[in-house]
Amino acid sequence: MRYESPATTKEAVALLAAEKGSAHVLAGGTDLLAKLRLDMVEPDLMVDIKRIPAMKEIKKTATGFKIGAAVSGAELGENKALVKAWPGVVEATNLIGSDQIQGRCTMVGNLCNASPAADSVPAMIAAGAKAVVVGKNKRRTVPVEKIVTGPGQTSLASDELIEAITLPQPAAKSADAYLRFTPRTEMDIAIVSAAVSLTLSRGVVKSARVSLGAVAPTAVLVPAAAKAIIGTKLDDEALEAMAAACSAACNPIDDKRGTVEYRTRVAGVLAKRAAKIAFERAGG
Amino acid sequence: MSSVLVSTTVNGDPVQFACPPDETLLNSLRDRLGLTGAKEGCGTGDCGSCSVTVDGRLVCSCLVLGVEAEGREISTVEGLADGSALHPLQQQFIDKAALQCGICTPGFLVAAKALLDRNPDPTETEIRYALAGNLCRCTGYDKIVRAVQAAAKDMRKAAKKNAKKKK
Repeated sequence: MRYESPATTKEAVALLAAEKGSAHVLAGGTDLLAKLRLDMVEPDLMVDIKRIPAMKEIKKTATGFKIGAAVSGAELGENKALVKAWPGVVEATNLIGSDQIQGRCTMVGNLCNASPAADSVPAMIAAGAKAVVVGKNKRRTVPVEKIVTGPGQTSLASDELIEAITLPQPAAKSADAYLRFTPRTEMDIAIVSAAVSLTLSRGVVKSARVSLGAVAPTAVLVPAAAKAIIGTKLDDEALEAMAAACSAACNPIDDKRGTVEYRTRVAGVLAKRAAKIAFERAGG
Repeated sequence: MSSVLVSTTVNGDPVQFACPPDETLLNSLRDRLGLTGAKEGCGTGDCGSCSVTVDGRLVCSCLVLGVEAEGREISTVEGLADGSALHPLQQQFIDKAALQCGICTPGFLVAAKALLDRNPDPTETEIRYALAGNLCRCTGYDKIVRAVQAAAKDMRKAAKKNAKKKK
């Protein structure tokens, strides 16, 4: 295995493009190096992106935030402006693993590891986050929900990497929230998770995005769930309709951690709770 | 696999070592620098017995490559004591019998120090969350939490004393 730590995104992409064997991008390494230890991956090349300045910063831009691919969960949680603007995205990312894992793990790593149960992914999708994808010959901006195509699978080409995640500047009276269900309170993997982002106007939900995790091969955006609460004051009837839409969007697996019936039911329950939190945070 | 020369700082001392690029920082510390305080429990970031800090951030050294240490500042449990004077955390772990077999202890000490560095007066809940990434199969955690609380108190007292002296 060769190890490279380029100083620019361009160099990183060139290294990936030139590699004939198996190349992996190393950010926090909390998934990749565990897989290396378990012989689940055999990289010929590892490209460490943590020495690329643009990937290590959280930038406030004219349109919102740009979060570098190598920014750790701990760094995210320490950025007061980001916590204020997108509390759900930050709380989701901060749920990944222990303090030790938080010192290294990244949102982009969580996304590219492509686990259906990734905590930060439903929150990013609900927030309307976009991935800045850089390849050898082009740069494209892709909605986060288009990155993961299945468990462990992404839509990135072999010469592409994600340089950053962008989040819009939330409109006035907006907020998001993320909840996951786990049997333990810490150090566990979501059986079901739900993220809701919404904007209010005079106490009425003007726009919303609802996303679910761990109930399908990928995190899912559920437009029907958002539709059920838009135009409402989040009354019981609207919440029930949203929960039903969430359950209808579920296509989960049956395993020792949760049955299909359980996951399908809890998805609606968590979405309701997350919507209430987001509503309250938005000043509703 | 050819080795890479790594220059880094460990517990304040500049050091150099050569390691293959796929070697973990944990193995570099243990096998190349002789710092065997950090232990390998699981090797996959679940147990925390390999905890160290890199540039002040708490990490599992089993999930860091040795080559990543280039130019960084690493702190391990070996850097905790001041000469022969134990760190308050180490002293309270002994006084409160917060260890039995001792395999997890270096990781707990490093993680607890990282907590107290940013929060000198944590609640019991905060301590339990902060140490959730460290597993112990002997003591059942309660004594560990009590030791961290007692050490935090000792450290706050010492800080107050120092502040008075400076005045």
